[in-house]
Amino acid sequence: MSQEAASKSPYRIREDFPILSARRGSKPLVYLDNAATSQKPRQVLQAMEKYYAELNANVHRGVYDLSIEATERYESVRRLVAGFIDAHSWREVVFTRNTTEAINLVAYSYALGKIKRGGKIVFTEMEHHSNIVPWQLISGLKDLKLEAIPITADGYLDLSQIDRFLKDADLLAIVHASNVLGTINPVKKLTKTAKEYGAAVLVDAAQSVPHMPVSFKEIGCDFLAFSGHKMLGPMGVGCLIAREELLESMDPFMGGGEMIREVTLSSSKWNEVPWKFEAGTPSVGDVVGLGAAVEYLKRIGLDWVRRHEEELTETALQELSEIPHLRIIGPESVKDRCGLVSFILADIHPHDLADYLDKTFNIAVRAGHHCAMPLHAKLGLTATTRASFYIYNTREEIHMLAEGLRQALKYFKA
Amino acid sequence: MASQELENILDHYRNPRNYGELADADIRVKDSNPLCGDVVEMHIKVRDGVVEDIRFKGKGCAISQASASMLTERVRGKRLEEVKDIDRQYILNMLGIELSPVRLKCALLSLKVLKTGVYTYLGEKLKLED
Repeated sequence: MSQEAASKSPYRIREDFPILSARRGSKPLVYLDNAATSQKPRQVLQAMEKYYAELNANVHRGVYDLSIEATERYESVRRLVAGFIDAHSWREVVFTRNTTEAINLVAYSYALGKIKRGGKIVFTEMEHHSNIVPWQLISGLKDLKLEAIPITADGYLDLSQIDRFLKDADLLAIVHASNVLGTINPVKKLTKTAKEYGAAVLVDAAQSVPHMPVSFKEIGCDFLAFSGHKMLGPMGVGCLIAREELLESMDPFMGGGEMIREVTLSSSKWNEVPWKFEAGTPSVGDVVGLGAAVEYLKRIGLDWVRRHEEELTETALQELSEIPHLRIIGPESVKDRCGLVSFILADIHPHDLADYLDKTFNIAVRAGHHCAMPLHAKLGLTATTRASFYIYNTREEIHMLAEGLRQALKYFKA
Repeated sequence: MASQELENILDHYRNPRNYGELADADIRVKDSNPLCGDVVEMHIKVRDGVVEDIRFKGKGCAISQASASMLTERVRGKRLEEVKDIDRQYILNMLGIELSPVRLKCALLSLKVLKTGVYTYLGEKLKLED
């Protein structure tokens, strides 16, 4: 096998992830909660340690060499991310804490300032709370109407009434890939329709950017948000990608150092974009870690990541569908799904099931409403169990999950 | 194979005791655990400061529902003042298994509901353990 091909095997990739070989108890960890957060490769951990050991200084402030180098490192990641996400320019990349903060930034700096009183924001029934609650928080301040595009019984967006939803909308806020159903939404097409009606578009790409090639230019949206920690990077850094002219026209999100050009005791002038939106000392070490994560993903290639996850998802859909009393949630077609499968097993409560899988097999899955209570309400469920995959997961782990679920049926006498 | 304690929990989950409602209840109280979506509602008939009858209904995980079922069996006939003294350790002993911090919330939901009901009935303020 060539080195190129070898580096693209999950078995080889696993070796880069210390936590996957660390023993907690007698069994190896089967980590299937990647939609919540991914594990981190040695390359990311080392980049962060090296930054703090050799390069740490505050950015954009010092005139000394160390600070200049730290600033260069920080800004080089911005350019790296701009290329990775296919933005028009590095000025479109704003570092935030995570997807949630990126969406809140748009809510307060864009929606609150730019949408007229009584305007309308449209999202969907399959949103994560982070793409619902920020809009609810600001809606009362300007009497904004909030509407949700419904979903169909098989887990797709119901687009039959899309024109009615979008014709007087000011903003469409839509998830790219659902963290519960797995559904990949046609965001490019929906952006086009929304734009024809004059609405701005925000895409929550938290579950897509880590797992498949995503191009900001090609989608054509105004805002795109994602988190570093779901794509091999550290917790504490995420990104808002936003069209430069919109960033120029928006007011700052938070006030403080870094985001200003000039301050008097009565008023201030703002810094240029994107720094206008990065008040206070940023999480430089985390940004450096994100840079190493992006480099890692670029080396493997997002096309490979997507293919690998399609294979795992297909295996999971097949093996799980053969288990009695197991109901899979979301689209049947692997092509329309990101790398996760949510399900219900007989009448076993997902928390009992996740607890059992953990205690008995050291399999980590997510159980609950996955921060999508309106979606679960629509599905008539209080909770589901979710297995979500990434580059280091293997077919054997899917087999182990399936076997664990069969054992659970016996254990719970379901 | 599951331990005796686990078997007992599963039995209470599958065949909950005192399940249902009381039409003439003096105390009606309900609470939920937002993380799991566990819900427990209790109806209590009080006579001379004693739990004369008690029913619960709810939905949720095995730990939360079994805990409620077991608790109703144990407090029937108890004085309200005795019910006030039931603490976290009592519930842990009752269940007899080790619980992670997350599952502890499931286990303690029924006690929270019961004590909220009793304290409200007595017109006293409930102080919850951490």
